[in-house]
Amino acid sequence: MKRLTPRAVLLGIAAPVGALIFAAIVSVVILIVTGHSPAGTLEAMINSAQRPRTLVNSVNSATNYYLAAVAVAIGFRMNLFNIGVDGQYRIAALLAAGFAGATWIDGVPAPIRIVGTIMVAMLVGAAWAGLAAILKVARGVSEVISTIMLNAIATYLGQYLLLKLAVPVAGSNNIGTRPITAGGQVPGFDYPGSTSKVYGLIILAVLVGVAYWFILSRTRFGFDLRATGMSESAAVASGVNVKRMVLYSMLFSGAVAGLVGMPQLLGSSHSYSLDFPAGLGFIGIAVALLGRNHPAGMALAALLWGVLDNSANSLDVAGVPKEIVAIMQGVIVLSVVVAYELVRRYRVRVEQHHVGRALGTTRVPEEVSA
Amino acid sequence: MSTDEPSGSTGTETGAAPPHAVELTGITKRFPGVVANADVNIAVRAGTVHAIVGENGAGKSTLMKILYGMQRPDEGSITVDGSQVDFHSPADAIKAGIGMVHQHFMLADNLTVLENVVLGSEPRARGGLDFRAARARIREISKSYGLGVDPDRLVDELGVGERQRVEILKVLYRGARILILDEPTAVLVPQEVDELFGNLRELKAEGLTILFISHKLDEVLDVADDITVIRRGTTVASVRPGDVTARQLAELMVGSALPVPELRESTVTDEPILDVKGMTVTSADGRTVLDDVSFTIHAGEVLGIAGVEGNGQAELVDAVMGIRPTAAGVITLRGENISRLSTRRRREAGMAFIPEDRHRQGVMLEASLWENRILGHQTRRPNVRGPLIDRRGAKADTQRIVDEYDVRTPSIDVAATALSGGNQQKFIVGREMSGKPIVLIASHPTRGVDVGAQAAIWDHIRRARTEHLAVLLISADLDELIGMSDKLAVILRGRLVSQLDPKSVTPQALGSAMTGAGEDAGEEVAS
Repeated sequence: MKRLTPRAVLLGIAAPVGALIFAAIVSVVILIVTGHSPAGTLEAMINSAQRPRTLVNSVNSATNYYLAAVAVAIGFRMNLFNIGVDGQYRIAALLAAGFAGATWIDGVPAPIRIVGTIMVAMLVGAAWAGLAAILKVARGVSEVISTIMLNAIATYLGQYLLLKLAVPVAGSNNIGTRPITAGGQVPGFDYPGSTSKVYGLIILAVLVGVAYWFILSRTRFGFDLRATGMSESAAVASGVNVKRMVLYSMLFSGAVAGLVGMPQLLGSSHSYSLDFPAGLGFIGIAVALLGRNHPAGMALAALLWGVLDNSANSLDVAGVPKEIVAIMQGVIVLSVVVAYELVRRYRVRVEQHHVGRALGTTRVPEEVSA
Repeated sequence: MSTDEPSGSTGTETGAAPPHAVELTGITKRFPGVVANADVNIAVRAGTVHAIVGENGAGKSTLMKILYGMQRPDEGSITVDGSQVDFHSPADAIKAGIGMVHQHFMLADNLTVLENVVLGSEPRARGGLDFRAARARIREISKSYGLGVDPDRLVDELGVGERQRVEILKVLYRGARILILDEPTAVLVPQEVDELFGNLRELKAEGLTILFISHKLDEVLDVADDITVIRRGTTVASVRPGDVTARQLAELMVGSALPVPELRESTVTDEPILDVKGMTVTSADGRTVLDDVSFTIHAGEVLGIAGVEGNGQAELVDAVMGIRPTAAGVITLRGENISRLSTRRRREAGMAFIPEDRHRQGVMLEASLWENRILGHQTRRPNVRGPLIDRRGAKADTQRIVDEYDVRTPSIDVAATALSGGNQQKFIVGREMSGKPIVLIASHPTRGVDVGAQAAIWDHIRRARTEHLAVLLISADLDELIGMSDKLAVILRGRLVSQLDPKSVTPQALGSAMTGAGEDAGEEVAS
């Protein structure tokens, strides 16, 4: 995007690093106030993070978070707040699970089954987000409100549909969709020392990241999208059809949101049941903020989030409430938003100074020749 | 030229006079990218109207923001009534008795005058709001200064002049003894200007001090007791209105002989390029803002639209560009009906657009220059190849624009916001002239730019005309309109009311035609 001068790089990492340090300080203070040892807590988390199992789980969580973050970021780049990624992926995962687990599909070749399942998830996610897009384009309803409402609707619609589709899960009082048979599953990658596997669909997350980068920075569509985000009035004057852009970007955002549940569904749970992870959409918002909507930045942020979440479990053993991690994450998001705005203003000032110096207009009036 | 140097406060002080109401000494504000203030010295006598004149971008607004506490000077001192002050915010300035009437009114339409005036300094009595006392005070202020403001009317029902008086009253209500009026006449028609000046004399008679910011020299000479001229951020002269003519004042403002907007030999052809018939636009609340507007611009012709701001010019431009939907009417571009085409299609068909508010419609401030080069030309070479952005092509062409149009920038990678207004505007003109347009819509093309940029932009419009573009020029600068147009139309309340010949019309006649007051002043020319 911008030229990579040392200063630009430094400014780019200043905000997230500063926010992380600030969050660490706040966490230390909270630990001390509540009578826990910061050093012991850190040690427990580091020890945990080094365990192969935690590592694999962290990467897997990060895969989910990353997809959710990209879905959110597509909206963010044009000032659309798709709060509804959460509902979009849950409905999409449920229906995709119903599709992939159906009895008639068992005979279909594996690649077609898998691609078909993913397509169903994307279409459902796009359709669910499309409702909000249509409301906004046709009636001017704020997408923030409508997507939040659609989250609630998705929850109850999901419960209703699950009852229709569900079979009891053997050996528990859980219910879920009919398990996807071997031909519809995506095998994972082994990691030495861990029984759990890295999601095979981590490759899908990488592809989505690359596509996101390419479309936004290299295509006309991406330019129009970013232009709308930077200045809607200028975009309109330049010939961008903003309503159409709202519709398309919401559909894209929803389609990516539809992918959020796929690594888990096709890689490990093989069924959508009552305990399918919820709330990934909201984590996606945090990760997109922390990663500045940047494809690589969001990947790092997703990994950080994954590591924090998965090493938190070890804290209970060390006698530290694991909620400290949730506090830390919250502080990171808050401080990172503030830090980015500070850096943005600083950057504008520095650039103006720089231009002023280069042109010699900063100190204006040695009397102008008349 | 007769530049008496404003050395300290000697210019206006007379013997053992009372301390100056306001004295600015050595004010310097470094404010990169745009013209800053440097060593500004102004002494304002109490109980006078003191005008501060200067070109757009000369630093008047920055200076007033400093005086009103919105910005802090890097160097220099401010004294009010003889004692030194240091403002950190407008609240400090208000406490010191300084009030500001902004150019753009800051009133809530759906509240009454009373509510607007007390907003932010609500009178309290026994835990509730004491509207009765406030109403009485407003009546009293209104009466003693002859403002004629009724506290119980809805602001929505008030005309522009009345709203301005409400703004003045608001400031007086807060106890201001020194009023800053920022371009107060920009939005007024001549009769309202006369009324305003009447009010100002009344205020002065009551002992208030008024700082009057303007670049309309006739008005300044009419109302001011003292005049300070600012050029490129610094005070270059302090004069009395009796001692100078408008022309001398103008030359003090620009520091040299003025660039003159004028066209050379006619390049008008008889080939109609842009033809608008019966265009009608209604606003969201159902008002007709553009009523049955028709005109034709031929190749090599400049049509100037004159009018007091807010009479439908912005709507006209937006409708022609396809940004705002029309209720009726046909727009034809070189014989092809483009009424139903999108803005993008219209641009592709050869319409170029210099918007009146470049920050709103012209550039993405935080994007680099080369990305801004793509804006408005997203579907055309050299910016794109099929659906992909051609970064190399766009950058190369941005460099061409920077070179050809003399855009002063260290690189094409800097954000547009880092450039001064004049350079941003030159860049926009260069961009819009790319891709062989056949129509140029130029809305206030030289607003807020320095003289150098203004002369350059006039050159480019002349060149566009020579190259047989049809140019629609909208401006508030009557000299620019008269000088740069091949024909002139006057817009009033959304209608094109008269056509004038720029070769024979005077600014005065044009001015009165714009207000609709003197239909007879402008000779009616059959189109």
